[in-house]
Amino acid sequence: MGIMDILLILIPSTLLWASPLIFTALGGAFSERSGIVNIGLEGLMVIGAFSSIVFNIAFADTFGSATPWVALLVAMLMGGLLAVLHAVASITFRADQVVSGVAINLLAIGLTLFLVKRIYGKGQTDIISEGFGKVDVPLLHKIPVIGDIFFSNTYWPPFVAIIVSVIVWYVMFKTPFGLRLRSVGEHPMAADTMGINVTKMRYIGVIISGAFAGVGGGVYAQSISSDFSHATISGQGFMALAALIFGKWHPLGAMGAALFFGFAQSLSIIGSSIPLFENIPSVYLLIAPYVLTILALTGFIGRADAPKALGTPYVKGSR
Amino acid sequence: MSNRLTNILIPVISVLLGIIVGTIIMLVSGYDPVAGYSALWQGIFGEIYYVGETIRQVTPYILAGLAVAFAFRTGLFNIGVEGQLIVGWMAAVWVGVAFEDLPKIIHLPLAIIAAALAGAIWGFIPGLLKAKYRVHEVIVTIMMNYIALHVTNSIIRDVLTERKDRTDYIAESASLKSPFFESLTDFSRLHWGIFVALACVFIMWFLLEKTTRGYELRSVGFNQHASQYAGMNVNGNIILSMVISGAFAGLAGAMEGLGTFGYASIKGGFTGVGFDGIAVALLGGNVAIGVVFAALLFGGLKVGALNMPLEAGIPNELVDIIIALIIFFVASGYMIRYLIQRFSKKGVK
Amino acid sequence: MDYVIEMLNIRKEFPGIVANDNITLQLKQGEIHALLGENGAGKSTLMNVLFGLYQPEQGEIRVKGKKVNITNPNIANDLGIGMVHQHFMLVDTFTVTENIILGREPKSGASVDIKKAEKDILDISEKYGLKVDPSAKISDISVGMQQRVEILKTLYRGADILIFDEPTAVLTPQEIKELIQIMKTLIKEGKSIILITHKLKEIMEVCDNVTVIRKGKGIGTVKVSETNPNHLASLMVGREVTFKTDKTEASPEGNVLEIRDLNVKDNRNVPVVKGLNLEVRAGEILGIAGVDGNGQTELIEAITGLHKAESGSIKLNGKEIANMKPRKIYENGVGHIPQDRHKHGLVLDFPIGENMVLQTYYQKPYSKKGILNYKKIYDQARKLISEFDVRTPSEFTLARALSGGNQQKAIIGREIDRDPDLLIAAQPTRGLDVGAIEFIHKRLIEQRDNGKAVLLLSFELDEIMNVSDRIAVIYEGQIVAIVDPKETTEQELGLLMAGSKGKGTGEDTNV
Repeated sequence: MGIMDILLILIPSTLLWASPLIFTALGGAFSERSGIVNIGLEGLMVIGAFSSIVFNIAFADTFGSATPWVALLVAMLMGGLLAVLHAVASITFRADQVVSGVAINLLAIGLTLFLVKRIYGKGQTDIISEGFGKVDVPLLHKIPVIGDIFFSNTYWPPFVAIIVSVIVWYVMFKTPFGLRLRSVGEHPMAADTMGINVTKMRYIGVIISGAFAGVGGGVYAQSISSDFSHATISGQGFMALAALIFGKWHPLGAMGAALFFGFAQSLSIIGSSIPLFENIPSVYLLIAPYVLTILALTGFIGRADAPKALGTPYVKGSR
Repeated sequence: MSNRLTNILIPVISVLLGIIVGTIIMLVSGYDPVAGYSALWQGIFGEIYYVGETIRQVTPYILAGLAVAFAFRTGLFNIGVEGQLIVGWMAAVWVGVAFEDLPKIIHLPLAIIAAALAGAIWGFIPGLLKAKYRVHEVIVTIMMNYIALHVTNSIIRDVLTERKDRTDYIAESASLKSPFFESLTDFSRLHWGIFVALACVFIMWFLLEKTTRGYELRSVGFNQHASQYAGMNVNGNIILSMVISGAFAGLAGAMEGLGTFGYASIKGGFTGVGFDGIAVALLGGNVAIGVVFAALLFGGLKVGALNMPLEAGIPNELVDIIIALIIFFVASGYMIRYLIQRFSKKGVK
Repeated sequence: MDYVIEMLNIRKEFPGIVANDNITLQLKQGEIHALLGENGAGKSTLMNVLFGLYQPEQGEIRVKGKKVNITNPNIANDLGIGMVHQHFMLVDTFTVTENIILGREPKSGASVDIKKAEKDILDISEKYGLKVDPSAKISDISVGMQQRVEILKTLYRGADILIFDEPTAVLTPQEIKELIQIMKTLIKEGKSIILITHKLKEIMEVCDNVTVIRKGKGIGTVKVSETNPNHLASLMVGREVTFKTDKTEASPEGNVLEIRDLNVKDNRNVPVVKGLNLEVRAGEILGIAGVDGNGQTELIEAITGLHKAESGSIKLNGKEIANMKPRKIYENGVGHIPQDRHKHGLVLDFPIGENMVLQTYYQKPYSKKGILNYKKIYDQARKLISEFDVRTPSEFTLARALSGGNQQKAIIGREIDRDPDLLIAAQPTRGLDVGAIEFIHKRLIEQRDNGKAVLLLSFELDEIMNVSDRIAVIYEGQIVAIVDPKETTEQELGLLMAGSKGKGTGEDTNV
């Protein structure tokens, strides 16, 4: 097996595994940049995965090959809805944001399994018929070598994810909305005195994070697992959180980290069949994202500084 | 209204709210709530077997709850109980299978200590990083959970066995199994571990409330700056707190490995006990005795829920939903407190 | 009437306290109007009501004669009211420009038009003489420039009524001079200003009228030209103020504390104490005067072991204590009333009783072999509570529930009771009312009369002048002069604090 063959397997697989992480990590950026810790990304992905699969199964005949995309919109909506709960608890009720996130995770898995059993009478759904299939990206796949590696026999979601990352970067760092969102996460009282509605900005941040994580879950379910059960989302949300931190709360950094984590994940799965990697015990690849994130936080790989007001509720008029 | 009463009222109201919302969910999804809750009740108290199973389930819940609560009292949020539990489980089983002819009086304590030690080490790392580099323990402990999962899986597969999915049974001399309890509870898996858990409840209470060390730990938990000013070793106390918390969590793993199961197996995901421990601690107000009550409630709910699909045809996940909602309500205590105040003020007028 | 702002009979309550009770303030077009009151009198609350951060329970606000309802800062901005906050409301990680335009961003397409914003800001800053670098990050610029950014924020929003909340507290005397110049320029350009302060000198220098409030109540408004500092002070405090503390002549003997060539770096690793020398003798109060940020905090933290000393020696009764653990230093006879009582002095969520043994809980009789003896702890607490007149419902009440003055008395009781040879008191009276201040001063002097050494750090020159037996002036991490409070003046101290070597005091800086 030559380098070329390895790349032909590895790159599409990396991109595939990275795309749910990218979406979810971008969502995390919106929430955490506004100052609200979001440990609930995992649960928000669960709800996205669940709702996209249910929708996909129910409406595959109606929408045909467009089904997974429409299902993503449903996942987005459901993720956003569940995130409202996190927002109400942690912003309005001033609940501990970490606790609220843990509750989101427990609630999501409990609620979706309850509903799966209620709807299908068994512990997991059927396999969907319309998933994100393999495609050749039009035009680009004709580029010699690069086209073969990156744009042939691959999937759409990663490319959408990368484009969305750039858009998120633009929104967060170039628009008034982004400036206000970040100011609320850094110094909410300053933002308040400038007439910015801290509560509103934080609600928006958390709800957008839910929508993005919902999409992340929907992408994962419809391109990797193809059904929904208790084990569909097992740690993807936390890995996305790790990518967000490893990427220093920056949309493009998070994207890069997610790509790298996707690479490690896909290697751990297909590595044993690739000559160069077969001797690396998969456990190293499996724990790499987490170990690296800890090291990044510790400052061994450039210091990662969280938004200053992250995790602290803003109490108007407090003295 | 007195602070103390409010502190007790909030968890009680939260549980009631959780049950009410659970009722609504059953109604909306076309189930009969009366049948549901009576199945739940039967699943806890209906047979002596279920009572035994409930107490068995309560055992690791108490320890996981203590782990979260202890760290919390020192101002730390240990989300890593799950990972500390898994490494404790594996370490206990490792010692349990490694020796065959040790006397029980040595073997069992050794296995239990190994679990506590493994959990303590897993807690030491985030504690150290927090003390030395001011890295937030929430993120580190989450990451440590996954590292624990993959590392223990790898050890079970490649070190403890030859690429098998579970280890051998531990030696009888390392087992917490109790033929006495089993005969008493119609052969439930209830084991001696409950006494370990209750001993730890006493240890936590005594350590925090009665000793100078506990004074320091609480002081650091409330105000690190003042503690440093007062001449306490803040970093040392942070690390110690995480180590003790991890040891409690490791013991919870020993309960599973030496009591309930008697072996360790490859895991696709987490046991959930560690995360439920957050709920237990929170509902128990992060005090030792509160943890016992909260563990009884959640242990009962979890075990009783298994009867719901059998008797009422209701998915047992309903209980997970209720538990999650209870956490939301307790965490939103600010709101409940506010409502109580409004309420009692009106009552006075 | 040409009032631009009228706040009539304002009342604002917080749970448990009435912060503003029937206060009236009327601001004329083109004047600088002082709002005078002690710390905690309710000045900031009143201004936050005007700025829309708090809603008053009673009273009305008129702007240019029209009744208005200011429910949030946006409305205040629209009415032309801008506030320069005491604690700057600036996002550290943003640039000057980003901070100024936040909430009112000029746009080109969907993007923020940074170029236009920077140009607008430069225009305004030239007009009013407010020098700033629009593209610099807030975390990289000086305190003075940060304040100019705060002012620019209000001007950028078109404010013509500016509220300055204790603007001089963090500035050097030079920066204060510049600020006063800026305020005069602003008036010339047609703005009106409310100056919140408790410094009488500033009022006499720049203000036209002054409204006095005391303990949340409005006392009245007087013309500055028709009053004098003594009169203002008595209005502010509610009785005649002598400005002088009764005390006998000090009779110091022998050094308790000896500091030689001390070097300390701050948290960002910048040297802030640079080869400092200082001595404090038994039976004297040595006051340290200086502008905040000249190394005072680090000096005290180095003496008490809370901060690492890079080099040099700190001797207590001849024994080297530099870089000892805080506990060892306490055991060697140091008491420390910390600058920030909430952050350092107390564990607010502990009962006040348990706070009384914060440094001694591990010693007999409060504990034995690691087990606490709560009876002895609370015996001690009751003793201190009655001796130092700490007003608390019981010794089991959480420290959080006590008033600031009583919290401070508890700390002082705890520190003095350990009978330290050296008592360090850092801003011991900050934010307290006059009664508590007098009590604390008396206790410090008592300590001195018992032959102990007291090191007093304060940013209030009055306090330094009245309580100290000797004054050491600190500037940029060095003691630049030692003066006798009876022979010096505020002017001379001010100059020394600003770094210009005053007239020789006959004493070498290395005393």
